[in-house]
Amino acid sequence: MNLRDSRAVTVNHLEAENLQLWRGDRHVLKGVEFGLGKGECLQVTGTNGAGKTTLLRTLCGLMVPEEGRVLCEGRDVRADLPAFHSSLMYLGHEAPLKADLTARENLHYWIGVRRRVAAAGLDAALARVDASAWCERLVRTLSAGQKRRVALAGLALMFAPLWLLDEPTTNLDADGQQVVGSLIAEQLARGGAIVVATHQQLPGAVRAARVLELAS
Amino acid sequence: MSITDLPAGVGSALDSAPSLVYAARPAPALDAARLALSRDLVLAFRKRGQLLQPLAFFALVTMLFPLAVSPELSRLRAIAPGVLWVAAMLASLLALEFLFRDDAHDGTLEQYALSGQSLTWLLFAKTIAHWLLTGLPLALMAPFAAMSLGVAASAVPGIVLIMVVGTIALSLIGAIGAALALGMKRSGTLLALLTLPLSLPVLIYGARATELAIAGNSYMAPLELLAALAVLAVTLAPLGAATAVRISLE
Repeated sequence: MNLRDSRAVTVNHLEAENLQLWRGDRHVLKGVEFGLGKGECLQVTGTNGAGKTTLLRTLCGLMVPEEGRVLCEGRDVRADLPAFHSSLMYLGHEAPLKADLTARENLHYWIGVRRRVAAAGLDAALARVDASAWCERLVRTLSAGQKRRVALAGLALMFAPLWLLDEPTTNLDADGQQVVGSLIAEQLARGGAIVVATHQQLPGAVRAARVLELAS
Repeated sequence: MSITDLPAGVGSALDSAPSLVYAARPAPALDAARLALSRDLVLAFRKRGQLLQPLAFFALVTMLFPLAVSPELSRLRAIAPGVLWVAAMLASLLALEFLFRDDAHDGTLEQYALSGQSLTWLLFAKTIAHWLLTGLPLALMAPFAAMSLGVAASAVPGIVLIMVVGTIALSLIGAIGAALALGMKRSGTLLALLTLPLSLPVLIYGARATELAIAGNSYMAPLELLAALAVLAVTLAPLGAATAVRISLE
């Protein structure tokens, strides 16, 4: 395998430059600025409705800010969104899973659209989040915490250099929180970057390199 | 930040080549489309009820006409092309509601938009799946409906061919409407208002070609125009749908 196969760029430096965004007549992002390097974690905090999700969706390019830019390696990400997208993984509040597919099928289709996935890789990712026992069950029969675990397996399987996580520990038990903690630690050790929106403490031994507090 | 106490090899358990983690090969566009298509087919077969609705609707509507108009075959034969096409159009409209709704709801469209793959291409694959599940069965059912309206069996191959081409155009034009209606709650009426006017050329040429086929004449001219519409829809509709989906995600 060589690097030319891959359109995925590495993320050595992500920067937000004076992001301004209105939703209707509400000024949600008021000049958000930060820089994030390789192997660093940025924690976004703020009360409910402070704009944490909006910030993540703006960073990944789903929302267009009225002013300001998101820069990756010094280049505006809007110049080549597909390349930027293939290097990031965004996990929202809800796990993007189909109720009528099994956990395993969900991963196969969801991640398979993005990268080549081998069956062994799928199994390893499911084992990583302790989902092996119930991965052949339909997602509609799973609990909220189990769905979240499947989403985390997708995160582990994708190997994206940049993670944008929205409340990754929601609905998880203590074990599940530890899984999130170790996934985050692994990602940072590999040199990946993470932006995580949560008003809770990060699980495990992970400490964010910096904390960005959004004022409501 | 404590990262030293990680168990050795946790990263490598996931991939055979841990040193190339960020060179994970993106799926080729064709594979991605194949997966998007087969996911929709698998899902549809797990929810068969939803699949049968438009077909049952089509069968019912075409069966109502002999009761309402007249059981006289010559009169039924005269209205058969119109009945078949209006019923097919309304049935495919009924099916359109399901095209993007679930995917928008559970975040699949969002993940498609962020996949690094072309959204246009993935939506095209979805629309093909939709056509295989609704348009093609409609075309295959049309001969039975036509024969119950007094159409001769010799016209059947022509009717199927015309229906196949016409439903391709209907599915793709409908995809634009379905994508535009995504932001709305209770979008059924809006979907009809957006889609039906755009589908009128398909109705006109489809019904005309069917009329000629039933009469035993050459139907090539309207069929070619219908095919041109289908080609136009194949090239432009996925682009329009992708743009509309992106706007709905904002």
